[in-house]
Amino acid sequence: MQITGAQALIESLKKEGVDLVFGYPGGTVLPIYDVLFKEKDLKHILTRHEQGATHAADGYARSTGKVGVCIATSGPGATNTITGIATAYMDSIPMVVITGQVATNLIGRDSFQEADVIGITQPITKHNYLVKDAADIPRVIKEAFHIARTGRPGPIVVDIAKDAQNNKISFKYPDKVNLPGYNPTLKGHSRQLKAAAKMISLAKKPLIYAGGGIITSGAAKELKEFAIKHNIPVTTTLMGLGAFPEDHKLALQMLGMHGAAYANYAVQECDLLVAIGARFDDRVTGHLPSFAPKAKHIHIDIDPAEIGKNVRIDVPIVGDVKLTLIDLMDKSKVEPGKHEAWLKQIDEWKNKYPLSYKKDKTIKPQYVVEMIREVTKGEAIICTEVGQHQMWAAQYYRFTKPRTWVSSGGLGTMGYGFPAAIGAQFGNPKAIVFDIAGDGSIQMNIQEMATAVNHKLPIKIAVLNNCFLGMVRQWQELLYDKRYSSTNLCNNPDLVKIAKAYGAEAMRITRPEDVKKALKDSLKIKDRPVLMDFTVAKEENVFPFVPPGQAINEMLVD
Amino acid sequence: MKHTISVIVENKPGVLHRVSALFSRRGFNIESLAVGTTADPDISRMTIVASGDDQTLEQIIKQLYKLIDVLKVFDLPELESIERELAMVKVKADQKTQTELTQIADTCGAKIVNVAADSVIIEISAEQDKVENLQRLLEKFDIIELVRTGKIALQRGSAE
Ligand SMILES: Cc1ncc(C[n+]2csc(CCOP(=O)(O)OP(=O)(O)O)c2C)c(N)n1
Repeated sequence: MQITGAQALIESLKKEGVDLVFGYPGGTVLPIYDVLFKEKDLKHILTRHEQGATHAADGYARSTGKVGVCIATSGPGATNTITGIATAYMDSIPMVVITGQVATNLIGRDSFQEADVIGITQPITKHNYLVKDAADIPRVIKEAFHIARTGRPGPIVVDIAKDAQNNKISFKYPDKVNLPGYNPTLKGHSRQLKAAAKMISLAKKPLIYAGGGIITSGAAKELKEFAIKHNIPVTTTLMGLGAFPEDHKLALQMLGMHGAAYANYAVQECDLLVAIGARFDDRVTGHLPSFAPKAKHIHIDIDPAEIGKNVRIDVPIVGDVKLTLIDLMDKSKVEPGKHEAWLKQIDEWKNKYPLSYKKDKTIKPQYVVEMIREVTKGEAIICTEVGQHQMWAAQYYRFTKPRTWVSSGGLGTMGYGFPAAIGAQFGNPKAIVFDIAGDGSIQMNIQEMATAVNHKLPIKIAVLNNCFLGMVRQWQELLYDKRYSSTNLCNNPDLVKIAKAYGAEAMRITRPEDVKKALKDSLKIKDRPVLMDFTVAKEENVFPFVPPGQAINEMLVD
Repeated sequence: MKHTISVIVENKPGVLHRVSALFSRRGFNIESLAVGTTADPDISRMTIVASGDDQTLEQIIKQLYKLIDVLKVFDLPELESIERELAMVKVKADQKTQTELTQIADTCGAKIVNVAADSVIIEISAEQDKVENLQRLLEKFDIIELVRTGKIALQRGSAE
């Protein structure tokens, strides 16, 4: 049977198990939207901005583990996806972004709404495709999904010329991909595994440094088994939150620039650092030469390019984190160490330098996060924007499960959280989904309130409103002598009114004693989003804070 | 340190851009680049001469492998490889200088491939230093134009 390229695209998406796409129409994707008009098995969610569509697809992917899909038109539609693609790329999120391109006879002539999307997205995608021939669509979609979700995942752009969407082909979906240049290594090398097992058995003060790779690979269970078996404490990166239950006694919370003091001290004191699915980012390591100075390093990662990129590694293991952890547990027949002195030392640090803040008559932002944890029993999916509120969410929510933390780590994209929460809520209709936001960030994609209201999504938006671009203000306070250049947001609009204008529920909370009740009330609202505008302490700082360029044990703590 | 890197790629649109952009993004300067198909017309070989420290080189090779269209990458060891560059030099010449130019070409393993009334074109295919040597010898004759390809190289023996 002959079908059009656009129909072939939708059929291919369905073959990949896609039942939901986010997007925004325009001239060069009209053929696709015409197919979607009659489509029953694949739902299209109209966002109000293409950036919103990409972040929604990303939030869907992070919270479900599936590939997120979005569609945008050529030119401005496609360029609006760039921040979303870069966000997903930096955090290794599987996503397929379909963009329309002008017809092949118009390509290269500066035609109306033409942009070189392949050129622009090349450094921020795992791979990208320009499709000029309808017959290529099934193969390209097959490859795109395969590449997006395997190995180290990442976003793929498929740019489809309009005539390729219109031309007819006989549709057959390939059952295999043929990509000779793409063979991710899944099994760790057995010699390296042995070397690692030996090193672990000899360590006196071992520490696991776990990153987002644990979540990607679905290895939270194996990580826990491994850590418990060997009595090794675990610190996680921002991306690794949820990889290890933070209420466990071996948990050291997050490390790095805003990490827990005890996590950072442990890094500086350990004699063996086992990095698993983490990439020694500068926000983690601080001053690189001073990072973990006493430690030998084992690094497990699926991406060989991450190994040795920033830090010299003694035992590199390239492989899927989950398979590697399983193999590693098989290999280490030796009696696991007890590390009593080391664990005692860590407990002392935990007691002496807990994550803490001072309470007063104002609403402390950390307190709001603690209350969110309490009313949701730690079971919610927490999305965030970027800034202080993000760090407080990371520090105080105490994540226990993978895929419950949805936050832009590598790119640090303000405006990410709310559309990501929309994606997460679509992917997890029964879950309680929060966007913990700042008053700056929430205004970057506030238009998506229309999307959330339209689809009756019961997302809870907790704005920690400090009337500042707080994180930047904090740096200005501590590093620029309080010169608050362009960080004051005292002329913020009334967010409650804005939310209500969109048809959402909204409330303002100004007293600490009202915080919990407001949050509880918000949970009762099931048919629309709720925005809670918490008037919080204006100049509260995120501590600990490792000033840039310092060793991570050189923290400011208040 | 200078390195000669061979990159075997699938002949897909945009692959040259993907590879060259990666070098610049990771802080490696490309000095020369030569591309052509291999015995298999769907596969090309890019020979890239670039300079940078060893750690960056290792990172670049790993990053190159991450490109879907890249099949194989190797850093060619200088002593174990046959390296060639092709150059053509157009030099002013009259009857007097022509004999001298012929001699120079002979001793350098180059040849005169075109003779015009007031100029000749000399072609050489050799290692880089020999090409440069010829260039130096020709300087006094007034070089009108000079064109050099990037280096190409193959490792000796049956190693691939
Ligand atoms: C798109 C974007 N622009 C600028 C920044 C730089 N930036 C990082 S944090 C921050 C302040 C965020 O303010 P707000 O959302 O109010 O959160 P707060 O820090 O006050 O909690 C800014 C401007 C960024 N991360 N992303």
